[in-house]
Order: sequence, then C-alpha cells, then structure tokens
Amino acid sequence: MSVVHLSRIYEITKGDYTRAGEASADIKRALRQLGVQADILRRVSVASYEAEMNIVIHSLGGQLSLEVSQDAITLCTQDLGPGIADIPSAMRAGFSTADEQARDLGFGAGMGLPNMKRNADTFQIDSQPGKGTFIRMAFQLHKD
Amino acid sequence: MTIRDLVKVLDAQVLRGEDRLDTPVCSACCSDLMSDVLAFVNEKTVLLTGLCNLHVVRTAEMLDLKCLIFVRGKLPGDEVLDRADELHMAVLSTGKTMFTSAGLLYEGGLRGAAMQWGEGREVQVS
Repeated sequence: MSVVHLSRIYEITKGDYTRAGEASADIKRALRQLGVQADILRRVSVASYEAEMNIVIHSLGGQLSLEVSQDAITLCTQDLGPGIADIPSAMRAGFSTADEQARDLGFGAGMGLPNMKRNADTFQIDSQPGKGTFIRMAFQLHKD
Repeated sequence: MTIRDLVKVLDAQVLRGEDRLDTPVCSACCSDLMSDVLAFVNEKTVLLTGLCNLHVVRTAEMLDLKCLIFVRGKLPGDEVLDRADELHMAVLSTGKTMFTSAGLLYEGGLRGAAMQWGEGREVQVS
C-alpha cells in the first residue's frame, strides 16, 4: 500500500455553473505545488474539469475526490444519481444529453467521458439508472 | 509571431495583459465549444472564441493557454477579464469574425494547434 501524500474531497452542486471548475482549479494548484510534471498535470486537470462539469450538468450533485500517492494520482467522482442507462452511448464521442444552459456555456459537445478516459491511464465507470454514477481515474506519476 | 503581432493583424483591443504582448505564439485554435477545446487542443496555444463566460478562462486555465481572443466584437465582463489577468493571460477583442480572424492569422504565419485525437488513443468502453 503506497503512502498517501495528499487527499482532498470537493462537494459539487447540481446546476451551479458559477462555481463549476473551482475544484479542478484547486486540484491543479495543489498538484503544481507538489511539483507534478506539466504533461501529467495537464491531463489530470482536463479530466478533473470534465468530471466536475459532468456532475454539475448531469447529476443531482456529488463529490470529486483527489488522492496523490507516491506512484499515482487518483480522481474519483460519486454522484447522487440519476445514473446512466446506456454507458456505451455515453462513452461515444459526440453523444450528449446536456441541456440548453450547459450548451450555452460551451459544454454538451459529447466529449466529456471519452476525453476523461483518453487522458487517464486507467478509467473505470460504474452506473445504474436510479442510482449514482461512480468514476475512478488513475494517472501514473512515473512511467517505466 | 508575438501577441503584439496578433493585435496588429486583427486590429484588436488589448483588454488585459499589456505587459505580456511580447510572448511568442506559434499556433491557434478556434471554437465556441469549450468541450471540444478541452478534448482536442494539445499545446499551449491561442484560443479564438465568441463565447464570453467564465468557462472560457477556466478551460484556458486547465490547458495552460496564455492568450484569449474574443471575436465578433465580444467584450467579456470584468469577472472574466480579472480571472484571466490573475492567471497571467493576455486578453484581446477584435471586431472581426472568427473566419476572417483565422484567415488573417493563417496568412500571417500561424498554424492550427496540434490536435490530441490525431494521436490514436482510441476511445472504447471499459
């Protein structure tokens, strides 16, 4: 079991477009202070922002968590629902169920989940309608 | 080119970052969709957009972009501009359209930013 160097949990509110992105900005600042190298920092930041926006746009609210160990950065999201009925469609680039308000802000292009998966080294999603969605993304700090 | 050159080519107004105009730039991207910017842009580049909200700056922050150009005469509010300023970005506004702006910058020597999806990491369901 590797030592945890940093652990943070952020509460994300449904529909709060004003504060949406603040958790990811904080995560980016914290990781930069830890000296995480630029390309990894960028991938984590993009995945984190997408995950945070997904909770704001699509869920009933939830949490975004960050954990940094010696070997990896892990981002997890757990929301309160409503869950994703068709995960394969949601993972397809261009597929979106975002509403007009999200689209007006420049989101809802259907790139969120695919972009998160692509930026992370490992990506796990677990969701059921009526229940929440759980996502875990890990980013290796040292690649051999 | 430098940001100062972009100001000249686009006949742009400098909204923030007068002291950052000598920063060199070598590529640009155009989009009103921040999702696409987050998904496709793979380098520190210039973003041209007609979208004026805080998420333009947040997107730029995640990607370490150093220059924002608002097209079609768009002028973001102080909250957006001040946040960009805190993050050491230069912010310009031009009355030209996105198409004309892109054309002028291309003519001036700028090219499109490298796109991530060209790198072949195919997206599949876990």
